[in-house]
Amino acid sequence: MTSSMLFNVTAIAYMISMIVFFAFLASKNKTVGLVGSLTAYAGLAVHTVAIGLRWKESYDMGVGHAPMSNLYESIVFFSWTIVLLFAYIDIKYKYRIIGAFVVPFALLGMTWAQLGMNTGIEPLVPALQSNWLLYHVITCFLGYAAFAVACGISIMYLIKVALEANGSTAQAGGLMSMFPPLKVLDDLNYRAIMIGFPLLTLGIITGAAWANYAWGTYWSWDPKETWSLIVWFVYAAFLHARFTRGWVGKRAAWLSVIGFAATIFCYLGVNLFLSGLHSYGGGAK
Amino acid sequence: MTSTDRDFVHSIWDFFCSLKLTMALLIGLAAISIIGTIIPQGALPPEYVQEISPAKLKIYKSLGFFDMYHSWWFILMLYLLTVNLVACSIKRLPHIWKTIKNPVTIFSSAQEKSLSGVVSFPHAGDAAAAKDKVAVFLKSEFAAPLVSESDGDWHFFAQKTPWCRLAVYCVHLSVIIIFIGAIIGSLFGYKGFVNIMEGESISSVMSRSNKQIDLGFSLRCDQFSVAHYANGAPKEFKSILTVLENGKPVPDYTNARVIVNDPLTYKGITFYQSSYGNAGNYFFTVSDLDGKNPVSVTVAGQDSVTLPDGSSMHVTESTKDVSEFAPGLSGPAAQVELHSANGKTESFIVYANHPELNIQHAQQHGVGPVIHYKGAQERMYTGLQVAKDPGVEIVWLGCLLMVLGIYAAFFMSHRRIWVRIQNGIVTIGGNASKNQAGFQLHLERLVSKLKTELSGEKKS
Repeated sequence: MTSSMLFNVTAIAYMISMIVFFAFLASKNKTVGLVGSLTAYAGLAVHTVAIGLRWKESYDMGVGHAPMSNLYESIVFFSWTIVLLFAYIDIKYKYRIIGAFVVPFALLGMTWAQLGMNTGIEPLVPALQSNWLLYHVITCFLGYAAFAVACGISIMYLIKVALEANGSTAQAGGLMSMFPPLKVLDDLNYRAIMIGFPLLTLGIITGAAWANYAWGTYWSWDPKETWSLIVWFVYAAFLHARFTRGWVGKRAAWLSVIGFAATIFCYLGVNLFLSGLHSYGGGAK
Repeated sequence: MTSTDRDFVHSIWDFFCSLKLTMALLIGLAAISIIGTIIPQGALPPEYVQEISPAKLKIYKSLGFFDMYHSWWFILMLYLLTVNLVACSIKRLPHIWKTIKNPVTIFSSAQEKSLSGVVSFPHAGDAAAAKDKVAVFLKSEFAAPLVSESDGDWHFFAQKTPWCRLAVYCVHLSVIIIFIGAIIGSLFGYKGFVNIMEGESISSVMSRSNKQIDLGFSLRCDQFSVAHYANGAPKEFKSILTVLENGKPVPDYTNARVIVNDPLTYKGITFYQSSYGNAGNYFFTVSDLDGKNPVSVTVAGQDSVTLPDGSSMHVTESTKDVSEFAPGLSGPAAQVELHSANGKTESFIVYANHPELNIQHAQQHGVGPVIHYKGAQERMYTGLQVAKDPGVEIVWLGCLLMVLGIYAAFFMSHRRIWVRIQNGIVTIGGNASKNQAGFQLHLERLVSKLKTELSGEKKS
């Protein structure tokens, strides 16, 4: 049994979970919803074991390090945090249907990682040999996952607003009855960002502390740093929007979607299109 | 001041106090920050300058796009944001301060109307006994109450974590503290760079603005080494450094190990392992394709030499033993970059122990020269990033304050409960600064418990 096999099992579990959640949307059958959640939880359990196993495998190879050192490992961890947060919201707030809009993000990540990336365990280059790596990556990705969940909830909000404005047909109205009320969606969106924003702040601060320790500069306007600040500005705007008339509801939902788009660009776009210090397992600076 | 003046001042003040300005600044800063991640910053690469039109280059330059995070308009927006959050705080703080310092302790009917979910029920026994019970109950179940008597009625006020209402101002303050730390760092600190040859010492470094900065002491590089993993990836870059005062080694700073992620700090100046190189000589023999006209060529460090056929060559990498990169091969090897006279550039590896491979490479390209590597006389130097930043502690203080402030602002709530005993009736109500719904549930449980205690029923 290798961690890579378990990651494949995880991806399949998330796919089944997503399909069952779509069936739940169509059938409105509570048992179907429960099956969707349980499949996602089973996937999460296998996912957790697989990450632990990969960690152990790296030690067996003599290059032991936490599995968070390159793009492949980060995206696997990102998917894990998304499902973890979904489980938290599912258990705490009992709005299972959110799974249909959140689990696809995790599935997308796992599929891309397993099919499109080099899965080999690489030794750590000197620049990454630091305990800060663990603190920095964990806080950043927990934050990103919270933003992913908030984005899924905001999409639900926007769909619901659009359909209700259309004086929705009976069928759409039936589907809408599955969605939590607008007020609840708005509140959940806010709560998810309330989790994500402090974590992103910590992620930026641990990154700055690490940069200062490794290079002597806590902030150098590197594209990655700048984009993380852009994301921070967008969510800071979101938080202030709650206290500003005319910015609640739809506009706040759009800010949340834009914030997540900026997050994804910060995470992937910067590496794919721009150059900088975060080359994910590339050379040291 | 005339009234129009006052109106003007007022409207300016309102402008800086408005949350709409905050929204505009935050979204605006997010949007314009993108420019600097797309357009190169600082020294422009020549390819970029060739690519864009001179007019565009001129416009970008005059707008400060090539150093946009230090341009006047970007700094202006940061100042505006600072003024905005200070103004917002000044406007709202007195009211919040009053709520914390002078809470409403009398549960008047007006106060009652401002709360939702207020409950009333009769109590058994006399008012004095009920008063004591309520006081004890609030103290054990919620928080010690402030008890006061007004017109023969008893009023109770109890609260939890009132100070968390200040958390948001703490976050605003932390932003300003971080700015102050950054400004102190840029005024009184510097960032620099220095290369030190093995066995040599330096006493000054070159700052980023190309100024020579005297350290006030000397730093010697005793040794530099690189370790590799089995797959050839770098494992460790290590400098052994010694600090010298008046030419004498400083005891605790002798043979200090500096690696990436583990710098050396002396007298507030920190040295970070950043790069390295070989300033020694590389030796080659260059000949025609058929082996005629052999010439010895020496390449010094990163320099480039011109070969007999007019092409130029420099060394990009070298190793004493190629077997760790290319199994089956052995001995020294060097990666060279050859710019031929007709403008072509190619990069390839030449070997000391495998002349046939060198000939084969040259033959495949049809023309000479054949290059044989003869080994190197190594002379490593270490490249150190140098930083002095007296503002960095202040920045960390700001960061700590920001994290604590955000935590308190998001996850703590100011909860208040008022109780009144009037004519045999107990009235109770409360509110919370956050998660009102959750607090209401908590309050309902407290009320039912209090009801049981005051109803006179004996507990079994």
